[in-house]
Amino acid sequence: MSEFFQHLINMLVLGGTYALLGIGLTLIFGIMNVVNFTHGVLYTFGAYIMFIVVQQLGLNFFLALPVAVLAGWLLGAAIELTLLRPLRGSDIDTTMLVMIGAWIAMQSGTLWIWGGVAKSVTTPFPEAPLVLGPVSVSWLRLFVLAAAALLILVTYLLINKTSLGRAMRATFQDHDTASLMGVNVDMIYTSTFAIGSSLAAAAGALLGPVYVIFPQMGDLAAVKAFAIVILGGLGNITGAVIGGFILALAEELGAGYVSSGYRDAMGFLIIIAVLIFRPTGLFARAERVG
Amino acid sequence: MTRALGLVRTIALATTLIGGTAGAQTIKIGVNEPLTGAFAASGTYVVNGAKIAADEINAKGGILGKKIELVIEDNKSNPTEAAAVAEKLITSDKVPVLMGAWGSSLTLAVMPKLMEYETPMVVETSSSGKITTTGNPFIFRISPPSAVEAAAFKGIVDKLALKKVDFLVINNDWGRGTAEDFSKMMKEKGISIGLVETMDQGAQDMSAQLSKIKSSDSETVIVTTAVDQLTLIFKQAAALGLKKRIITTGGSQNPDQIIAQAGAAANGTMHLTTFLPWFPDKTPNPEATNYFITEWKKRGFDFAGCTESFRGYDGIRTAAAAIEKAGKVEPAAIKAALWQINIKGLNGDIVFRKSGPEGKESGQSQPNVYLIEINDGKVGMKTL
Repeated sequence: MSEFFQHLINMLVLGGTYALLGIGLTLIFGIMNVVNFTHGVLYTFGAYIMFIVVQQLGLNFFLALPVAVLAGWLLGAAIELTLLRPLRGSDIDTTMLVMIGAWIAMQSGTLWIWGGVAKSVTTPFPEAPLVLGPVSVSWLRLFVLAAAALLILVTYLLINKTSLGRAMRATFQDHDTASLMGVNVDMIYTSTFAIGSSLAAAAGALLGPVYVIFPQMGDLAAVKAFAIVILGGLGNITGAVIGGFILALAEELGAGYVSSGYRDAMGFLIIIAVLIFRPTGLFARAERVG
Repeated sequence: MTRALGLVRTIALATTLIGGTAGAQTIKIGVNEPLTGAFAASGTYVVNGAKIAADEINAKGGILGKKIELVIEDNKSNPTEAAAVAEKLITSDKVPVLMGAWGSSLTLAVMPKLMEYETPMVVETSSSGKITTTGNPFIFRISPPSAVEAAAFKGIVDKLALKKVDFLVINNDWGRGTAEDFSKMMKEKGISIGLVETMDQGAQDMSAQLSKIKSSDSETVIVTTAVDQLTLIFKQAAALGLKKRIITTGGSQNPDQIIAQAGAAANGTMHLTTFLPWFPDKTPNPEATNYFITEWKKRGFDFAGCTESFRGYDGIRTAAAAIEKAGKVEPAAIKAALWQINIKGLNGDIVFRKSGPEGKESGQSQPNVYLIEINDGKVGMKTL
């Protein structure tokens, strides 16, 4: 039984960051209809920003987090302005190819700058874990869970309670009408992509110190983010949060009770199952057609 | 203007051609290592060790009156790439001998290419038994197969009073082969085998596997994987409050890196290694070991990498010795000469003995295996 509780704790911690990854991707897809292949690289980028600020500049760990979020925001805005804005109105395949190109170029860039050997970041948290009866969890992971929860809450409030959020939701529903109502759609697109990117960078910045940092780390993260988005329904933020936790649960229990060799296959199994039984995602609302 | 440009082009072309001819004055050795992906750290260390050997040989005048040139390619920790890299090195760079490919699955993927192009390869790190038992006469391995590691470990299992053992191994030929060979040896010793958990080579979160191991009734865990994943395992095991004895195998642990990155979590752990850079005087060849370590430090590399990089150094010296013995730069002659060499490696004499099915044996040398223990952040030797 204690093993089961330990798996649940692991799931909570993992699920928080998965949710963060999923929200960023689902936001961009929902509002902009762009399949963002750079999502994984932005995750890697956030982790390397942590490495630069903490290890190379020797600055405070907690200061490095907002720096990584801001850097992700800026890089996202730059990608939107230089690559996506000129492509607005072109079909989804063209945009997809450009984003795949950007993904390869950026990943090679990280490899060129930092090399292929993994880096690690030292954290200010104690090595001894927090022990609660039969289960224990490291302080760093608890902090990651708390920070992820905070970021998810901030994103939720931003979208549901601010005028920018209202404009984003309006654009999501119908960008022509939103434009007629005086919404600056260009600005909404740039902000959406920047916010989505900063969330990916935040996930990387939080998980980089938990694991190790290397140029290809974002690939698996991106696959998981896609699984979460498909699970929760494209463009559905609440779905992405729940999807993140479901994926984490499937991985933990799959590795714990089925076979650890297939842990990372769980994400793909979920995608297949969802696509067969509920192609619009578990939490998709009934949509008006036509 | 157009003509001037044409002239520039001609000169550029001529320079390339002359440069190309000058290149043929060197003897090429192909190096097929993982420089990116899951094993990037280890592969990079091996390549740096290889460069020390090449520079040392060239400083002494090279071999057969020519300098040796390492043609280094990245196999991306991916078996498909490893085979492609081998093909490129053999057909395009025309190397007469290779060294590689670090991981067992990578080496196994390269092996059919060696048969196809009849080119020998010095295997410096891989430990899967299959490599030298499937009848590939172009394989010359200087690292110990996992059965040899298991046999060396046999002597100490009584002292450690092992009763029940779990395994956590990388999910490839290396990890699964180790679990198999060690289980076999332990069963003979009357030790029971509990869980055999695996992890993907790129996996970063092993909490689920470790949680399962935490609740099992065994007292020891044997872990086999490369240094980056090992570091994560130590940290995650500590975070889960896993209190079992951890023993690692495979010789790619870089114990100093584990001490640096896993901190207190590394204390009390034991590691089967194939080199003793901490105690150069206890190695079979102290003089060469001291030279290598001094040179390694002089180049500004991390001391932790020594346990990995010495293989690259020994591998290139093995290939170079065979070329010298062969007297010509031809794959068949080098293959024949590999059977005759006897060089002083950093971990014992490198002499190849026949292994595998008759008529198409692979070469296997007999390196030493050591057990070390980390205590208070320091490496100490255990007698086997």
